[in-house]
Amino acid sequence: MKQSIFEIIENRPLTDSVMLMRLSGDTSDVTAPGQFVNIKLEGLFLRRPISVCDCKDGILTLIYKVVGKGTEQMKGMKAGEKLDILTGLGNGYNMSKAGDHALLVGGGVGVPPMYMLARLLREEGKKVTVILGFNTKSEMFYEEEFKELGCDVRVATADGSYGIKGFVTNALDGIDADYFYTCGPEPMLKALYNATSISGQFSFEERMGCGFGACMGCSCKTLYGNKRICKDGPVLEKEEIIWE
Amino acid sequence: MGMNTKVNLLGIELDNPIIPASGTFGYGYEFAELYDINILGTFSFKGTTKEPRFGNPTPRIAECPAGMINAVGLQNPGVEKVVSEELPRLSQCFNKKVMANVGGFTVEEYVYTAKKLDACDQVGWLEINISCPNVHGGGVNFGSYPESAAEIIEAVKKEVTKPVIAKLSPNVTDIVAIAKAVEAAGADGISLINTLLGMRIDLNRRRPVIANKMGGFSGSAILPVAVRMVYQVANAVDLPVIGMGGVTTAEDVLELMMAGACAVEVGAANLVDPYASRDIILDLPRVMEKYRIENLTDIIGACK
Repeated sequence: MKQSIFEIIENRPLTDSVMLMRLSGDTSDVTAPGQFVNIKLEGLFLRRPISVCDCKDGILTLIYKVVGKGTEQMKGMKAGEKLDILTGLGNGYNMSKAGDHALLVGGGVGVPPMYMLARLLREEGKKVTVILGFNTKSEMFYEEEFKELGCDVRVATADGSYGIKGFVTNALDGIDADYFYTCGPEPMLKALYNATSISGQFSFEERMGCGFGACMGCSCKTLYGNKRICKDGPVLEKEEIIWE
Repeated sequence: MGMNTKVNLLGIELDNPIIPASGTFGYGYEFAELYDINILGTFSFKGTTKEPRFGNPTPRIAECPAGMINAVGLQNPGVEKVVSEELPRLSQCFNKKVMANVGGFTVEEYVYTAKKLDACDQVGWLEINISCPNVHGGGVNFGSYPESAAEIIEAVKKEVTKPVIAKLSPNVTDIVAIAKAVEAAGADGISLINTLLGMRIDLNRRRPVIANKMGGFSGSAILPVAVRMVYQVANAVDLPVIGMGGVTTAEDVLELMMAGACAVEVGAANLVDPYASRDIILDLPRVMEKYRIENLTDIIGACK
């Protein structure tokens, strides 16, 4: 973990409620895809945890949905403004578990962390199939970006306005992946857990206090014992998950 | 001017009065990865109970203006594991005496846990948490009544050799009555304030943000309550008082000491800024110079 000051390079909308922010700074502690950062914002007490979409050459890319006071404030920020950020939080995805063909499933704001993972798996020469799930076409983002990485991309929308109609689990047919990685709302994670016979890793969300393992605010029970989502997670292996 | 930040806490000299508070500093080693925690006066480790505890269901954290609510509910691995695993691990990165924070649900449990920790060389003090708002179904705890507060302290005091510090709750009608009761029961010191019982409501769901409904409110917003209660208690008892509640800056430390505290615990600030306790310590000489303080001990209770 590292605390440092980042400078915003750009901050622009991807959809009506989803924003992309690029920042430059010391990214040396970002060591795995699926990690998150914790951002100090003016007038708010707790930092705001945001998953890392990509991190390369000292540039941090975050994609966030505007849902409350913190993300509302971030939305209004301009290039050149600075942010106090804790980086390198969470375990991230373990890429060594993937075989030759990995399936990546992202739902809504669970899509961003899949990007860095997809890029790194592609750089290792792995075949990557990506399923992106959204409520409706207007909320969709990053389909092209995944295609540019050389991934096979399938999009599912709940209302059928784009791609396959239904949930990400409706888009699984005919994929012969040997391992999967996922991030998204808990009902999606659970559905995927039940719909897959192969093993994989799931990224979970929980309300956090500190984000670095001190306060025990975000603990969960697993078959491997109690874990802190912020420090021992957010990524858990399929075999250890206990659904509550 | 040669500035002296040393204070004495119940027979043990501290390099400075800064003590990260229980529940905000784990068992120390998470922070030792960030900085040398030997800079601290000491710290109070995660509240420890007889049996391992997961604590309350999540969500158990809520944002508040100038603070936060937690309803963790004393998650800890249990005293046996703390003694066999956490303390040996801590000894790798901390060479000072640590403050053991003891929780419980019955008199017997408090005594059992306190005795186990009293036997550890690394432990310098026993801080008896009779004031956690997140157990016993919200708010009602031993520290809420003078009689039950005294009962715990008296029972623990009989069985241990190290100084016993009673950690008091602010969620009471008369803090002085509780303080006098634990003093009469043999407490060697008092620490206060624990968190204030609070609650937030999610407007969309029309439900409490916290799964356990209520939790302990902490953060800079509660500093004035802490200053008031430390002042009241320090003027009513003859015991050393450790002040805490909302401390974020070195100035806050001076304020609590002038109110009567001989040492100061830093809580929620550690969770927002992992370097908070270290930075307060590094800033002490500056504020001491600004307020013309040569020895920190000179200002304990200086506010009349």
